Amino acid sequence: MTDQPSLSRRGLLAGAAAAVPGAVLMQGSDANAQAQKPAELKIGITTFLSGPASVFGVPGKQAAEMMIDEINKAGGIGGVRLRAYFVDEAPGTEHLVGEFRRLVQSEGVHVMLASISSGSCLACTPLSKDLQKTTILWDCATQRIFEEGPQPFAFRSQGFATPEVLAPLLYLLKTKPDFRTMAVINQDYAWGRDSWEMWRAGMEALKPGVRVVAELFPRLGAPDYTTEITRLLAARPDVIFSGHWGGDLVTLARQAAERRLFERSLFVLPVAEASLPILGRTFPAGHIIGTRGDHWNNHPRPKDPARLKALNDAYRARFNEPVIYPVHHMVQAFNALKAAYDKALAAKGGAWPNDAELAAAFRGLTFDSPTSTITLREDGQGLEDQIVGLSTHVDSTPYAIPKDMVIFPAAMVSTPVGMKSVDWLKSLKPDILGQVPAPIAG
Amino acid sequence: MAEWFQDNSGLLGLALLDGLASAGLIFLVAVGLNLVFGVLRIVNVAHGSLYAIGAYAAASVGIFFASLGLPAWASLPALFIAAALVGVVLGPLIERFILRRIYGQEEVLQLLVTFALFMILEDVQKLIWGVQPVQHDVAMRYLGTFDVPFAGDVVPFTAYQLFVLPGVALVVLVGLAWFLRRTLTGRVIVAVTTDREAATAMGIDARRVFLLTFTFGAILAALGGALSSPTGAIVPGIGPQTIVLSFAVVATAGLGQTEGAALTALMIGLGRSIAVYFEPELEVVVPYIIMLAVLLVRPQGLFGTTTTRRI
Repeated sequence: MTDQPSLSRRGLLAGAAAAVPGAVLMQGSDANAQAQKPAELKIGITTFLSGPASVFGVPGKQAAEMMIDEINKAGGIGGVRLRAYFVDEAPGTEHLVGEFRRLVQSEGVHVMLASISSGSCLACTPLSKDLQKTTILWDCATQRIFEEGPQPFAFRSQGFATPEVLAPLLYLLKTKPDFRTMAVINQDYAWGRDSWEMWRAGMEALKPGVRVVAELFPRLGAPDYTTEITRLLAARPDVIFSGHWGGDLVTLARQAAERRLFERSLFVLPVAEASLPILGRTFPAGHIIGTRGDHWNNHPRPKDPARLKALNDAYRARFNEPVIYPVHHMVQAFNALKAAYDKALAAKGGAWPNDAELAAAFRGLTFDSPTSTITLREDGQGLEDQIVGLSTHVDSTPYAIPKDMVIFPAAMVSTPVGMKSVDWLKSLKPDILGQVPAPIAG
Repeated sequence: MAEWFQDNSGLLGLALLDGLASAGLIFLVAVGLNLVFGVLRIVNVAHGSLYAIGAYAAASVGIFFASLGLPAWASLPALFIAAALVGVVLGPLIERFILRRIYGQEEVLQLLVTFALFMILEDVQKLIWGVQPVQHDVAMRYLGTFDVPFAGDVVPFTAYQLFVLPGVALVVLVGLAWFLRRTLTGRVIVAVTTDREAATAMGIDARRVFLLTFTFGAILAALGGALSSPTGAIVPGIGPQTIVLSFAVVATAGLGQTEGAALTALMIGLGRSIAVYFEPELEVVVPYIIMLAVLLVRPQGLFGTTTTRRI
């Protein structure tokens, strides 16, 4: 007899099963290991390649391809050429999480760029922490990411939902403050619900007593808004807030224009920009429009006008489409990536940074976009200015563009670090309206 | 209760008009799916793709007509021409080369095959029309608006949504009933639907009936898409959204029931519009609440008949 424990087949399997996650964790937990300069810099990019949101996802992919070609033509980053691995977000978060893991653990991707959907970003950021892999949130807007806990490996290279909602609200209160009733028509998903909650919190703090006469949340991708528009026509609100985007906004605006809803109520549309080229002159003048940032192609004071024009010209020449905001967001993500590697390489005297060193380089990073300079705060959130204006028509552009634009400084409209957006919006005081910059005429 | 109706009679009137417009479109898509299932006994998941392609094709034909300098009224026949083209080209191709191989096979296999076809057609749409919204609303703008009096004011409706969509749905419903009951071909289709074995034994060429029915169903799906195109944007993903609602209509109506599809579409259209007015949170689930309520009472659907199981 022996007192050595016997190893049964079942025990062996259980041990192996327990060891696998450990091995996986070990694989993902070597952020501080010595890094070798790779033969190629592998970039995983999650975006919508199918479904309704591909109206943003495919331009984002195209912008990524353009940026990679441009960077590679200039010698790559630190002398290393870039290679992209694209993942479609459309099949859902379960698929996305699996692909994220596969790209990092099997393909050896060095940096992830995720995602368009807020749900996708909320699913990916815990993975960035688990796998200790730098993840640039290139387009999603949810304010929750950096408000619900520290994100050591996730960084957002653009603004977020709170400034995208607050800037149009301040523009409305500053330029057309005499409204007494309002309504909302938002798509029935996270952005639609969250943006209305934030709008309402800010509005009740800055202009209490506004009566909400209709709250409509049609499903995402609804093909028809006949009933909702009739409801709004019957309710006659002074102001209608809508976070609609893509094909949904095109459908809503077409039907609203035909049925003279734009003549009865003032629309506030924070995500209008991407749909305006498709709507052409159907979209009327005199409504408040935003672009999820400051990157209108007619930006009144771009930081680098030549670079903005070059981006517009190159993108249109290659893809035969106008530049819309996801293109700018992807360009910003690659600018952030290059700036972070340059910073990390400089800090190590030219030696290749490991994952932890690369992530450290992102914190407090400043990089240029064609329109401005963006800074990543200590929590990882990007500070991007917001431009809101009134729609107008000019002879040189076959669709509505903004006039009387207000450039809202990012810090003014962004939730301070450590606060929750809705709480912050509820605490706003009317004196914030005194800080709103004057509209730039024209 | 009477007081509530009195207070809200104006809004209920508006909801009725909205419901009719909505029901017309729902019916046109669902009736094709229902017809195909009734005859071929195949749940065609790719029906939504035919709807989407019909919408894209209608916009393309409309834009082409406009480029030829044709007057605005030509955008109306363009919708029907596009639907016929899509149905006549794709219907026989799909039936002959794909569906014919899976008749009588396991339902799971049939579902998988039509689902695969649906996925392929989704990508084909992106290859041809891209991912940016496509729109061509000349037909809707050409017909203008119709003002409905409400509370001392007017509420403008588009004449297209108020008259064309329900009108075409009514014509299709009556035409289909007449075709199925009064013509030889229609009666042959009904015979195959009722008892395929007996019909075949009596010399009916079931293959020809299948081809004809599927092509007709494809035209109806494409017509639904084409008629929806002037009112909104056509984007990737409109097919799946349509097919889910169509399945709810078909299940509620009873498989293979044309009049049932019309009544169900009307119930869903009205239910949804009344929900938007009085309880907007319920709008999305109304079709499925109606479906559940009907199926709990009549598992075979509103107009469906129970079939004897053969052993």
